[in-house]
Amino acid sequence: MSDKHPSSIITRRALVGSLGVAAGGLLSGCDALNANPGWRDTLRLAETGNMAVQRALLGQDGLAREYSPRDIGRSVPANGTRTPADPDYRHQAATGFADWTLAIDGLVEKPTRFALGQIRAMPRQTQITRHDCVEGWSAIGKWTGVNLAALLDAVKVRDSARYLVFHCADTLRAGPYYESIDMVDARHPQTMIAWALNDELLPIGNGAPLRLRVERQLGYKHAKYIRRIEAVADYRLSYGGGGGYWEDAAGYEWYAGI
Amino acid sequence: MTGMIAAMDPADPPRLNAPAEPSPKAVPPHDHALSTRAWHWINLVSLITLFMSGLMIFNAHPRLYWGEYGNRDEPAWLAIGQQAQRGYLEIGGARLDTTGVLGRYSDSDGTVRNRAFPGWATIPSDYNLADARHWHFFFAWIFAFGLLAFLIISLFNGHIARMIAMRGHEWHPRNLWITIVDHARLKFHTAPGEAYNPLQKLSYIAVIFVALPLMIVTGLAMSPGTDAALQWPSMLFGGRQSARSLHFIIAFSLMAFLLVHVALVIIHKPLTLLRGMTIGNRA
Repeated sequence: MSDKHPSSIITRRALVGSLGVAAGGLLSGCDALNANPGWRDTLRLAETGNMAVQRALLGQDGLAREYSPRDIGRSVPANGTRTPADPDYRHQAATGFADWTLAIDGLVEKPTRFALGQIRAMPRQTQITRHDCVEGWSAIGKWTGVNLAALLDAVKVRDSARYLVFHCADTLRAGPYYESIDMVDARHPQTMIAWALNDELLPIGNGAPLRLRVERQLGYKHAKYIRRIEAVADYRLSYGGGGGYWEDAAGYEWYAGI
Repeated sequence: MTGMIAAMDPADPPRLNAPAEPSPKAVPPHDHALSTRAWHWINLVSLITLFMSGLMIFNAHPRLYWGEYGNRDEPAWLAIGQQAQRGYLEIGGARLDTTGVLGRYSDSDGTVRNRAFPGWATIPSDYNLADARHWHFFFAWIFAFGLLAFLIISLFNGHIARMIAMRGHEWHPRNLWITIVDHARLKFHTAPGEAYNPLQKLSYIAVIFVALPLMIVTGLAMSPGTDAALQWPSMLFGGRQSARSLHFIIAFSLMAFLLVHVALVIIHKPLTLLRGMTIGNRA
């Protein structure tokens, strides 16, 4: 067939050749685009769309799936900070977190510092849920803690508060860990400050003594080693402005529902 | 496009006034509707971008599992990694040495990197999970709405019924077998009045109605937010990690389709087919 149409041989070679050139150009072109601020802003429109659609689908109180005890896996792997090196934290860990307190302040009527014992003595809730890491892995564990909305009601959060910023005890390469969520997720029935995993006090790798569970979002939103919860009008005014350690340090989405 | 079948149909009575001239409305074979041509190229760009940014996302955790959960403490059915300065791909317990491509490779400047998929295959080319996710989700919107628009338009304008719907007799095993044998001999022909032969039709049906929609549904099944709202996608596939595995398998199947598709265009009628899918052969 090809010997009858010599012109089409050239065409084929040209096609294959141009495909090769296109592939090489495609990659360097993508890296150049990736560094372009306007293009980056365009790509991030997807986050706005994802949040709008998911919130519309979920409503305020759509629940994350809960599992039965036999679904619990071998472990909930520790990621990010596995053992905080901060001297204050190490001291607290060495004394069994006996002096650990959780402050809730900012736009609240009654700023309060809760002792760890007080938190553990409050009405508890337990849920067996799936932890989804942004890296792609998942783990199922049984979390026990205090409902965050109950804590917010105890300190009487003002109407002007639109977000909660979680200040943590661990410091990573780019600075202290922190996270933020809006009041929809803060008052979601499954959102809690957890102090136990699989019926044992939280291990250090999983955020001892207190960590956030915000079940409809990815793992990096679930701040560990929480020392202080601050009610704010705008999370963009805290730290680097991205609303979380990984958001600031690496540009992850603030809304991590996908 | 209706003119195409009329022009090719031997039963079509000859026109009285212009017997030799094709009707001005007749479209040469291999030409496609504007909606098909536009979607074809938008879809190509989004699929390539989704694939390459997807490979970077996979690099963040290059292990695949079946079931609801899976992590470094659980058994994986597929893993890419490195051990003793060699890269490997492990599938179902069998290990292949893939040094140079998977697990461990050298950059263009000679730097040795431990990475599942090499930089030349990923967007961005360096390790950056956050950026790969931005690319992936932006093009996921284009891909999903492009597919939706194409399906709606093609169902209404008759494109699907006319070009890729299987006729009753085409399902006959003997017909299918003849087409398969012809393809193996690189002989391609279509029945009079048909745009595609049965094997082509079945491929397009599998891609457009099965593989592409499954990419969207398996993708959504991985999202903790969507999973809380709609639990059927991840239930359907047997869990989040199963959905992730299927997302990966179907993505590679689509890349295999793309390679065969391009190869067949090149060895068949590259210029005519390329024109038919771009400016049209009348232009």
